[in-house]
Amino acid sequence: MEHIPTQENGLLRFMTCGSVDDGKSTLIGRLLYDTKAILADALTAIEKTSKKRGHEVVDLSLLTDGLQAEREQGITIDVAYRYFATGTRKYIIADAPGHEQYTRNMVTAASTANLAIIMIDARKGVLAQTRRHSYITHLVGIPHLVVAVNKMDLVDYDQATYERICAEYRAFADKMGLTAQGFDVRFIPVSALAGDNIVDRSEAMPWYEGPTLLDILETAPPAGTHERSESFRFPVQYVIRPQASDDPELHDYRGFAGRVESGTVQAGDAVTVLPSGIESRVKAVHIGGEAIEVGHTEQSVTLLLEDEVDISRGDMIVKSGNAPEAKKELRAMLCWLSETPLSPARTYLIRHTSRTVKAKLSGIAYKVDINSQAHVEATQLAVNDIAEVGFKLAQPIFADPYTSNRETGAFIVVDESTNNTVGAGMVL
Amino acid sequence: MSTLTKQTLSHLDWLEAEAIHIMREVAGQCERPVLLFSGGKDSICLLRIAEKAFRPGRFPFPLMHIDTGHNYKEVTDFRDKRAAELGERLIVRSVEDSMKRGSVVLKSADESRNKHQSVTLLEAIAEFEFDACIGGARRDEEKARAKERVMSFRDEFGQWDPKNQRPELWNLYNARAFKGENIRAFPISNWTEMDVWQYIEREKLELPSIYFAHKRPVVRKGALLQPVTELTPAKPGDVVEEVLVRFRTVGDITCTAPVESDATTVEQIVIETATTTITERGATRLDDQTSEASMEQRKKEGYF
Ligand SMILES: Nc1nc2c(ncn2[C@@H]2O[C@H](COP(=O)(O)OP(=O)(O)O)[C@@H](O)[C@H]2O)c(=O)[nH]1
Ligand SMILES: [Mg+2]
Repeated sequence: MEHIPTQENGLLRFMTCGSVDDGKSTLIGRLLYDTKAILADALTAIEKTSKKRGHEVVDLSLLTDGLQAEREQGITIDVAYRYFATGTRKYIIADAPGHEQYTRNMVTAASTANLAIIMIDARKGVLAQTRRHSYITHLVGIPHLVVAVNKMDLVDYDQATYERICAEYRAFADKMGLTAQGFDVRFIPVSALAGDNIVDRSEAMPWYEGPTLLDILETAPPAGTHERSESFRFPVQYVIRPQASDDPELHDYRGFAGRVESGTVQAGDAVTVLPSGIESRVKAVHIGGEAIEVGHTEQSVTLLLEDEVDISRGDMIVKSGNAPEAKKELRAMLCWLSETPLSPARTYLIRHTSRTVKAKLSGIAYKVDINSQAHVEATQLAVNDIAEVGFKLAQPIFADPYTSNRETGAFIVVDESTNNTVGAGMVL
Repeated sequence: MSTLTKQTLSHLDWLEAEAIHIMREVAGQCERPVLLFSGGKDSICLLRIAEKAFRPGRFPFPLMHIDTGHNYKEVTDFRDKRAAELGERLIVRSVEDSMKRGSVVLKSADESRNKHQSVTLLEAIAEFEFDACIGGARRDEEKARAKERVMSFRDEFGQWDPKNQRPELWNLYNARAFKGENIRAFPISNWTEMDVWQYIEREKLELPSIYFAHKRPVVRKGALLQPVTELTPAKPGDVVEEVLVRFRTVGDITCTAPVESDATTVEQIVIETATTTITERGATRLDDQTSEASMEQRKKEGYF
């Protein structure tokens, strides 16, 4: 029986990281299967395919590899999203490929995740790819890491092997400064294939006394309680003007629609509108025209202000005395997503919250060798490259450092000639 | 300084907030969006989201239904009633008109019109110059959908290119398109069937009556129940039974099957949804079983 999620325990978005064949898809399949999120007919379909391919056990990875090309090649190309619920929580899983040529997909999956499961093959231990995945999750600011040492069945469920891998990873995490920066890193020995320590405790590993993977997921802080800034940030997406000239109540209604990206808001709060700098007070917080008491982080609401202020899409409402810096020059970590290299000669569009501005590259400080995390010199960025760059902006944006606010510290780069999203940036 | 905020949104609140945000992005970024409203449960949720996003203002888009002419009357009546209650403009474009124009040619008179909706949709997009269509598709419905973006780009032929999708990061949606191209926006991408039913329950949303248990003549086709209607009469040799059924999804009559159920309230449906062993599509689609890749194929060709 599937679980009916109670309506109080929130939602967790997490991702799985690992290279091809580390067992990501199998792990997700296992989670879905053991939480009864896979229904009989879907299972029958993958059983048939598994048999056709000559597998003895059901290949749970077939559940997530949805595109024709992926099924044909037996690999994950794109980010796939999967869902399951327990009695206490709803989950959104992003399954992203781990090969170096799919770095951009990993960055994409990481951008909305609050927890990452890093898969390590117990036979192989910590590899360059493990470091690469950890670096990316760190760069994109995922606060919770679970290192899952997978395929324990293939090393006879050996405790010493597991502990050696944990020690190796810890040494690397210390070196990268993960632990020092308060990142929460946990370790768990599993077999995704056999189901050890995923949902049910492993009988083969009595020496492991920690929680199962699902226990860890059930207790991680959910969406909306991100370890995030409490500064109120409200990018205006849309202005609601009923224009009902016959209705005196609505005649002057001007609602500023947006999502509370961080902090909270309620009537009486003194606010400042950016970029104009005009100050006012919140008259009411609405959803769908009805007043609510407090607008919480990640809630989409409508703000009414005491004064008539000219505000439009792209403006940001913040609490007075706590505004982000106006930036016309941007320093950022940038992941290049496009097959067409970043060109210093071109003008791009930068989308930051609900604001779009023209931008030009002003310099590349260094490129990151993502396998060694070393800084190397660069004059160009190709697809999957990660670098520290500078941009000059035509108009200011109001950004927080990404490490203190993922929503107001992130931006995308758009190529006006194709309308494609070509870069993902994180403000330094 | 980073600290925990105390308040946690429930999963429904979070999903609702995300959907409102996406809908407002469409309204903010696109010039001529439209919301596809069929009278089905997913698009009924979209309308509530739109109310929460834009009331007391009017919706910044009309509603549109692509009618195959093979819809249950209970559903099209509900569609018209709901649009009228909301006071929003409803556009209906029909596959039959496309057939008259010659842009839709059926292989045989009884071929399902379901996949031909794409043609009529593209014609309507061209007629009204819509640059974005908001739809109620969910990623849990089907494997190809699981990979589709929230803002999904379609070229001037309405085609989806799964291998060449725009990266979609954070909640920064890119709905830019050149003239003739089109964005399909899916605000409830991250909802499951269960979320939809729980939301309907919480928001006390009204539904067409055929979502609830009712007696209906059907013919058993394997595990599926084929409804017996004027359009889908019993064939010689068919055994027609009166069965207590409800619809989990209300698509085209020729390809949508009801399921056996005695659930007469949304609460009971939530419980049934929790205990079912068959996916929404598997239990209800008479046309989708052919190949594992059939949805991906149809989407590449412009299907919603
Ligand atoms: N023995 C064993 N095999 C596993 C385990 N997890 C995954 N595999 C196998 O490893 C292969 C690759 O797994 P898959 O989930 O597709 O890896 P992905 O590329 O990371 O998604 C498949 O043949 C799986 O059956 C495990 O815990 N034990
Ligand atoms: Mg995989």
